[in-house]
Amino acid sequence: MAENYLTKLDDALNWARKYSLFTYPFATACCAMEFMATMAPKHDIARFGAEFPRFSPRQADLLIIIGTITEKQAPALHRIWAQMAEPKYVMAFGVCASTGGFYQNYGTVPGCDQIIPVDVYVPGCPPRPEQVLDGLILVQKKITEGTTWVQRRDRGEKHGGEWVTPRPSENAEKKPGHLPVVS
Amino acid sequence: MANPTHESAAAGPRQVVFGMPTPDEIVTERSHELRQRLHKFPEGEALEDDDIELPTEPMTVNMGPSHPAMHGTVRIVLTLDGETVKDTDVQVGYLHRCFEKEAESATWTQVFPYTDRLNYVSPLLNNVGFAMAVEKLLGVEKLVPERAQYIRVIVGEISRITDHLTCLGAASAELGALTVFFWMIKAREWIWELLEELTGARLTHSYVRIGGVQADLTENFSARLLDTLKRVREALADAESALIKNRIFRDRMDGIATISAEDAIAWGWTGPCLRSTGVPYDVRKDHPYLVYDRFDFDVPVGSVGDNFDRYAVRLEEIRQSMRILEQALQQIQPGPVLIDDPRIALPPKREVYNTIEGMIGHFKQIVDGIRVPPGEVYSYSEGGNGELGFYIVSDGTGRPYRCHVRAPSFINTQVLAKLIHGAGVADIIPTFGMINMIGGECDR
Amino acid sequence: MSKVDLDKLVAQFREAVLSTHSSHGDDTAVVSAGQLGAVMRWLKGAGFDYLVDLTAVDRLGQEPRFEVVYHLRSMSSGSRLRIKVPAHQVEDGPAPEVPSIVQIWPVANWLEREVWDMFGIKFTGHPDLRRILLYEEFIGYPLRKDYPKEKRQPLIRRDYTME
Repeated sequence: MAENYLTKLDDALNWARKYSLFTYPFATACCAMEFMATMAPKHDIARFGAEFPRFSPRQADLLIIIGTITEKQAPALHRIWAQMAEPKYVMAFGVCASTGGFYQNYGTVPGCDQIIPVDVYVPGCPPRPEQVLDGLILVQKKITEGTTWVQRRDRGEKHGGEWVTPRPSENAEKKPGHLPVVS
Repeated sequence: MANPTHESAAAGPRQVVFGMPTPDEIVTERSHELRQRLHKFPEGEALEDDDIELPTEPMTVNMGPSHPAMHGTVRIVLTLDGETVKDTDVQVGYLHRCFEKEAESATWTQVFPYTDRLNYVSPLLNNVGFAMAVEKLLGVEKLVPERAQYIRVIVGEISRITDHLTCLGAASAELGALTVFFWMIKAREWIWELLEELTGARLTHSYVRIGGVQADLTENFSARLLDTLKRVREALADAESALIKNRIFRDRMDGIATISAEDAIAWGWTGPCLRSTGVPYDVRKDHPYLVYDRFDFDVPVGSVGDNFDRYAVRLEEIRQSMRILEQALQQIQPGPVLIDDPRIALPPKREVYNTIEGMIGHFKQIVDGIRVPPGEVYSYSEGGNGELGFYIVSDGTGRPYRCHVRAPSFINTQVLAKLIHGAGVADIIPTFGMINMIGGECDR
Repeated sequence: MSKVDLDKLVAQFREAVLSTHSSHGDDTAVVSAGQLGAVMRWLKGAGFDYLVDLTAVDRLGQEPRFEVVYHLRSMSSGSRLRIKVPAHQVEDGPAPEVPSIVQIWPVANWLEREVWDMFGIKFTGHPDLRRILLYEEFIGYPLRKDYPKEKRQPLIRRDYTME
């Protein structure tokens, strides 16, 4: 493993970043119910500093993809991730976001890491709030160690795959949109 | 340097120029004249909005598909004139997970986890609906043991309570009442703990089977359920006292998105949304199924059909569900919970491990699926959002040939474009919240 | 109760109703596509004021290949009825056409769009027939039996190159 050579300033910045993660809950499906439960008083996510969901990607640093990503939703997901300011971390919440779950069909993307790079995967259908908090602690640990995707990329590491920007596939010719008249 | 106010007559819109100079004016240095074009309207003359002609053009704005409203993923393309909605295009399908195609390649029992994720806030109601449809096609609706029917009613009503709690909580959070959201989620947690003890999962239970339910009620379930209901009642009373007489809440919900009963029927509404317009259609009362005809409960009905009526109907329905639960817990009798037919339900484990018939029966059923005779059936039940129907076509094998869900969320959302036309942007949020569009059910 | 409705329907539209049957407590009438508008209007006048559901079934290998299925309910009496309309599909031919009933029940708007999206059955007279659950760039009609379940048509994918 490459040596994690971080300066004291980086340590301090990472400490500040990990204990005040502003989450962007990209909620689509059933896992959103468990995200609500994780935010709720019983399994309080606020104790880990990630209390505030910021519903604008410009203001968030942890993108949590909650639920199934369909092919129709994929360009929106990539756009949201691209609009986030660095440093940004990604957590795939639920097995549909991690690998597609038991939805292996024409409409579902088999895992959101086909679209964006992911730091932590939290499997479960849906995962219990305790698992989600475990995933959040893992994100915090990765930030401290410097092993998240943004930190690796900034150090110039390549580990098994070159991360490049997605390109639209061949059948994505955009047709002009139109609005129907509501009568 | 003419003052337009004095030139034109009182009739007709007055031209008001203000703000930034146009590029022409800057280039020709006429902009310094703008500062002298101060309008002094005569004393006592009020300025009406209609009198001023402001240069505007409609703006196209996108709400979604990723948006803070907690209900489901939908994209509403709005054409706005200021804050007023002029045109909408509601685009759904961002959670199309191909339930109907997946059901065609799964056995009848393997479809249950997919049905859980349809209306994922009341999953047991979907399970029960699908099981009832297959039993209708098999012809064994009357042979399902009575205890299983009571248990289905009990878990179904508990699921309905979680559905309405989530809807009310999320709607309150979207309007800013975050505390009420936390109270509702806290109440929902107690119920989920109970369901986790019974079914093994907090959210996606897959508890119901064709011919009954998977396992019997746990020990002391009845006492724990009654205790939980007592605490849920207190949480509901707190929420009600915080919101029902609240000026801000009432202003945002009263009179918004009103719809008449005829329109609601023409646009296909069922469930709490239809009942808020005054039509007392409830599948549990009009076409009683399972053992609903043995309970005494009311169907809350609204009068105006606005957002607040939908909120109040759901709040009252939670109380009626609690009434049904109390009666069901008193009336339930011991007995089997799964039909005793090895062609339909898996044999008990003791037989599977000890007798050859049990083992072969278990094997055939898991691998091939239940042999449902060819035919088609449409079975309906009261889901969280309305009439949840399953139209099933079987071709005699162990897998469905066609399994179509009549999704109340999909049909209820259709009229959203009409409801928000002419309203402000801020009215879209409570309207969308009270329609309770659940993404999994809308897009299947 | 519904048997009476079926008999009245057959008496009113003798040529349009191709067959009727009742099974599992449901009453069904098979109606030809040409007369569908008139039949539906008459049914709405006869008390079936609520369109419950609109869907289709692909019977690959049988003639006619598609069946569009309508479920109706009467709000006043509670009786239900199922109407089936056969739609033929010539091999590699144009999409089958069925008259649209949006003018009679506005709820049919999205339901017919969904059938168009999933099966490729065109509804003539529909104001805005485009895909609803899938995206415009999707080619094919997924709920047809000859569309494989796992044939994905990705809109966006990330390039991987292995080092």
